[in-house]
Amino acid sequence: MAEIRKSEGLIDWLDQRLAVKAFMRVMMTEYWIPKNINFLWAMGVVLVVLFGVLLVTGLLLLMYYKPDINLAFDSVNYTIMQEVEYGWLWRHMHGVAASATFLIIYIHLFTGIYYGSYKKGREMIWITGMVLFIAFSAEAFSGYMLPWGQMSYWAAQVITNLFSGIPVIGDDVVIWIRGDYVVADATLTRFFMLHVVLLPLVIIVVIAVHFYSLRFPHVNNQDSEELNFDVEAKKFLDGRKKESKVVPFWPVFLSKDFFVVGAFMTFFFLLCCYHFDFAMDPINFEPANSMKTPAHIYPEWYFLWNYEVLRGFFFDIAGIAAMDIGLIAFVIANIVFMVLPFLDRNPMNTAPAHKRPLFKYWFWILVVDMIVLTVYGKLPPTGVNAWVGFFAAIIFLGLFIALPFITKHEAKGDVQ
Amino acid sequence: MRELKILAIVIFFTAVTYWGVEPYAHSQMHPHVAPADFNFKDIQPLALNGNNENGKTLVEANCIACHSIKSLGLEAPMSNDDAASAYGVVPPDLSHAGVIYDKNYLAGFLKDPVNATKLSHKFGDTKPYAMPSYSFLSDQEIADIVAYLKNVVATKPTDKMVFEEACGRCHSMKYDSFKAQTSSTFMKNYLGAEAPDLSMMIRSKKAEYLTPFINEPLKMVEGIAMPRVGLTAASQEQVIAYMENVGDRKKAEREDLGLKLIGFMAIFTLIAYAWKVRIWKEVA
Repeated sequence: MAEIRKSEGLIDWLDQRLAVKAFMRVMMTEYWIPKNINFLWAMGVVLVVLFGVLLVTGLLLLMYYKPDINLAFDSVNYTIMQEVEYGWLWRHMHGVAASATFLIIYIHLFTGIYYGSYKKGREMIWITGMVLFIAFSAEAFSGYMLPWGQMSYWAAQVITNLFSGIPVIGDDVVIWIRGDYVVADATLTRFFMLHVVLLPLVIIVVIAVHFYSLRFPHVNNQDSEELNFDVEAKKFLDGRKKESKVVPFWPVFLSKDFFVVGAFMTFFFLLCCYHFDFAMDPINFEPANSMKTPAHIYPEWYFLWNYEVLRGFFFDIAGIAAMDIGLIAFVIANIVFMVLPFLDRNPMNTAPAHKRPLFKYWFWILVVDMIVLTVYGKLPPTGVNAWVGFFAAIIFLGLFIALPFITKHEAKGDVQ
Repeated sequence: MRELKILAIVIFFTAVTYWGVEPYAHSQMHPHVAPADFNFKDIQPLALNGNNENGKTLVEANCIACHSIKSLGLEAPMSNDDAASAYGVVPPDLSHAGVIYDKNYLAGFLKDPVNATKLSHKFGDTKPYAMPSYSFLSDQEIADIVAYLKNVVATKPTDKMVFEEACGRCHSMKYDSFKAQTSSTFMKNYLGAEAPDLSMMIRSKKAEYLTPFINEPLKMVEGIAMPRVGLTAASQEQVIAYMENVGDRKKAEREDLGLKLIGFMAIFTLIAYAWKVRIWKEVA
């Protein structure tokens, strides 16, 4: 047992019992981050802030929300939006933060791909990140159902129905997920449970693992330069701060992040108060009506690329039903990013994309293709739109088939 | 410099995606429609000046057997439910009809209600419209009725009054505790569809859509049961203002608070930047 003496103050008292000083050193003042980074490295902290916004506003909304198909719509649109003081603000912040989270997740994800931060010891960071992406997707989908508007209902109907494509047990799985033969009260209450308890717990745990997995391989830098963190940290602690290639997480790294977070949150509140339709689709302000199918059913913007991969295969190929091909492609699209570190056959080359002769084209084609998929995922799938979606989906899958060959080829070039 | 270049790239791709899924996708899903026509060009304009006295006689002889004019103390002869079961729908109160509805529209409506409301796909010889045609009246007599209806309006109706008279026979406004005069079971028989509650319609359809829609529903939605009611531009604005007042009651607070939140975060950002510069001076 540690030697306990009369404390010199609160901090000392806590330090004797919880080792708070050592903890702060490990987590903050001697947690070393490379100096050679740009603002894209602040996206993680922006995401933490957004998750905090979602958590706090979510708790406030939870005080008035009623998970019952007869009460949900009015509890959101009347009680929260009109009766409760600033209820509208919490709801707008919650809805916009959900959308903004995905925007930042995509930037974070593409940053990781561009700078090769998914390989050479960083695989677990990448994989836990992709688990977070899936958990956030489930969280967003379940949350979108709660206001029980038209798109809540119809998106739930369409998306839960996808599971019927699973061979043999598909139809039973759909009923098991819905808790009823159709999307109904049982579906709403179980998705409510997922949204407010189970998934947030999972997300918090995986965030912790995601951060933890960052400690050993360390944060990457702009030029993927291999740093000896012990040597660089010593330089910093010895006062050769300008010479050292690392900075402590607190206060140096976070001082920059605070600025980035501030700039982003300024934009965030602009969206919250004046430009929220992209995140809070007007059609969902219409109460759910099982008798009235909306003219256009589409998911939120951040699921569109995925949805278009599913929808892109609109005709039977070689006797396989279009629906089945689409579903297989959809499943692949959902997990393919997870295995990215293993599809890259040039695992030792972590140079940023602009320094890699073939990978840079692969990267930018991927970005453009996913934007094309996103846009065409929303457009009505008729005429030429259906074909654009089809080819974009083929390119998307083709990119991941091509990746091992491209990177292998590059690896050979490295040797020469 | 490099950071700004990266920022420009991020903004560019974000903006393209936004443009694609919002303005562009919506322009594809909801093709452009002609703006609202408040001149009701398809209806022959009323050229004659009406005689108020004669209008009074005509209204008393022809209208008040079914319609109330509450501002004059003329109550409806039947309860709402009795009227709805007799006619299919509760006949509108005429207290402000003379100013709420366009005068050419009113004249056209009196002569040929089904044509004016654009409900020929719902009503005809087999299922006659509740309001009979007064085409047997002369143009002068029609003008007299219109003149009288305008003359009885003493004060400008409030936004809510316009809504109740023009929309409230069929539509409820739950969030303002207003129930449609015709109950929903009658509505279903009458038009084959329940008229939706309009509490959140301002958020789900937006004023930009509602403007041409209320002016001429059939133009916007094929086969829709909602009639063209012939509101003037001013009274339609009142209806939309009322809908906004109920469905988006916190709009003013939102737009006011927005500036403060943005201002707060902008100041936070400036201070954070100054702090960052100070901290990084030591290390870079």
